[in-house]
Amino acid sequence: MTKSLLVARREMHAYLRSPLGAVIIAAMLLIDGILFYWKGLTEALLSSQVLEEFFWAASGTTMIAAVLLSMRLIAEERQTGSFTLLNTSPIRDREIVLGKFLSVVGMIALMTLLTIYMPLLIFVNGKVSVGHIAVGYAGLLLLGASVAAIGLFASALTRSQVVAGIVGAAVTGALLLLWIVARAVDPPLNEFLSAVALHHNNFRPFMLGTLELGPVVYYIAVTYFFLLAATKVLEARRWR
Amino acid sequence: MIEIHDLYKYYGDRRAVGPVSTSIEQGEIVGLLGLNGAGKTTTLRILACDLLPTSGTVRVDGVDVVERPDEVRARIGYLPDTPPVYTEMRVREYLQFAARLRGMNGADAARRVEEVMELTEVREYADDVIAALSHGFRQRVGIAQAIVHKPRLVVLDEPISGLDPVQIVEMRALVKNLGGEHTVVVSSHILNEISETCDRILVIQDGKIVASGSEAELSSQLAEGVRIELTVKGSEVESRAREALWTVPAVREVELVGAREAGADVRSFVVLASEDVRDRVSRSIIEAGLGLLELSRSERELERMFLQLSRGGRAQNGSSAGADAPQLTSGGLS
Repeated sequence: MTKSLLVARREMHAYLRSPLGAVIIAAMLLIDGILFYWKGLTEALLSSQVLEEFFWAASGTTMIAAVLLSMRLIAEERQTGSFTLLNTSPIRDREIVLGKFLSVVGMIALMTLLTIYMPLLIFVNGKVSVGHIAVGYAGLLLLGASVAAIGLFASALTRSQVVAGIVGAAVTGALLLLWIVARAVDPPLNEFLSAVALHHNNFRPFMLGTLELGPVVYYIAVTYFFLLAATKVLEARRWR
Repeated sequence: MIEIHDLYKYYGDRRAVGPVSTSIEQGEIVGLLGLNGAGKTTTLRILACDLLPTSGTVRVDGVDVVERPDEVRARIGYLPDTPPVYTEMRVREYLQFAARLRGMNGADAARRVEEVMELTEVREYADDVIAALSHGFRQRVGIAQAIVHKPRLVVLDEPISGLDPVQIVEMRALVKNLGGEHTVVVSSHILNEISETCDRILVIQDGKIVASGSEAELSSQLAEGVRIELTVKGSEVESRAREALWTVPAVREVELVGAREAGADVRSFVVLASEDVRDRVSRSIIEAGLGLLELSRSERELERMFLQLSRGGRAQNGSSAGADAPQLTSGGLS
């Protein structure tokens, strides 16, 4: 675990030192701000509806940021050769994966934290519960962590960051769109598909400010599954 | 210290290494010499636990690289062909990260990093970002990370390639200094680069170790014997030719090989002799009443490869750095 934290800290430094982290966060904040203004402030809405719109918009930018931030994690190191240091040090593959994952989650948390002024603006002319805000943010973090795990898995597959980004985005997109597929198929398959869709039914409760066990378990399961897959990919690569 | 037994590595269907069996003693500096693609890097990567072998066993201090890789990794420092550095980090910070990753605590790591920076002469650049360093200094930082945790075994993959003549001399001295305290395995495709640094050289070709020993031992092994190929024609050619060839005193071995030319009475032989006896061989064949269609001296494959390795050294090192190394010239081998 200490070695995971060591890796996570190094990765956080790398994000903060290169323009990459700042550019991604700035772009996402800009888009969040525009969407918040457009969806939340230009129409007559209840305070809680404004908050829902905010979380809906922020969930999109969080997913995009998670893919963009995670695509470099392993692919870049393989390309530059620095991965050999990790690969030949007494650190387990799962500790490498965990450390890298924690660094993206840290970046997503930082980005999410910087959006806090938007929900707080609602207090100027309206009233929302702090609980609603807290649950919404918890949802954003869980969703971001899931997509970061998907991106990390994609990054373990290839040396090319671009390919990693595309694979990460494709897997995320496919999981997102399962709810459309669900509408086209018969029960009980449709229920299963909408239950495993990344956003639709699983993120809605967070948007509405209700904390439900199902979606929380779902996001943890997705995260665990892809982190495990990434670990297995790293282990398999030692044979090649 | 290191025992390799019947090691094989396949990439798909292609055999990259194997069979390799050898052992390396504690404190020895061993050079792995071979042409590009001979299997040096694959062998080193397996030693460094970067890659798993397809079959066979590799033990470092009695610990198996497949069964307990983490224990082996803690004892090993590895410099791959490109230094595994994070270019956005500063030298000191990077080395501390590498030391902590190998399990040193913060205070020990900080102290040891100062020591290795001194040893590898990168102290001056301790607070520089690695991206700003030249290739030679990155290579030193690469060596520094490989020895920062005082590993028992240091594995260096072509540490000298791409350095300028002055840096080559310094790098050789650095590698030589590592011996004793560490066991060192260093690879190269140029004989001169490692001949004076290493206690022993393993020559690797097509994934196999084809010769081993000090530079002097290797060249005397190679100098032994001359290989002559000949094609002969006549009735009862095989027995008569053999008889004729064995009358030449220096001949040690006569082998019938696939005929180089078509024809019922044509046979080709390879003769190994302790000296160049082409003149006596030809006379003896003709005196036996046989027709000599072809006779030539051929370089043995190992010999040819060795020539290439030593020529590469002279071409690359130029005059200043190559001058202090013993020259294994083509003349010395012929």
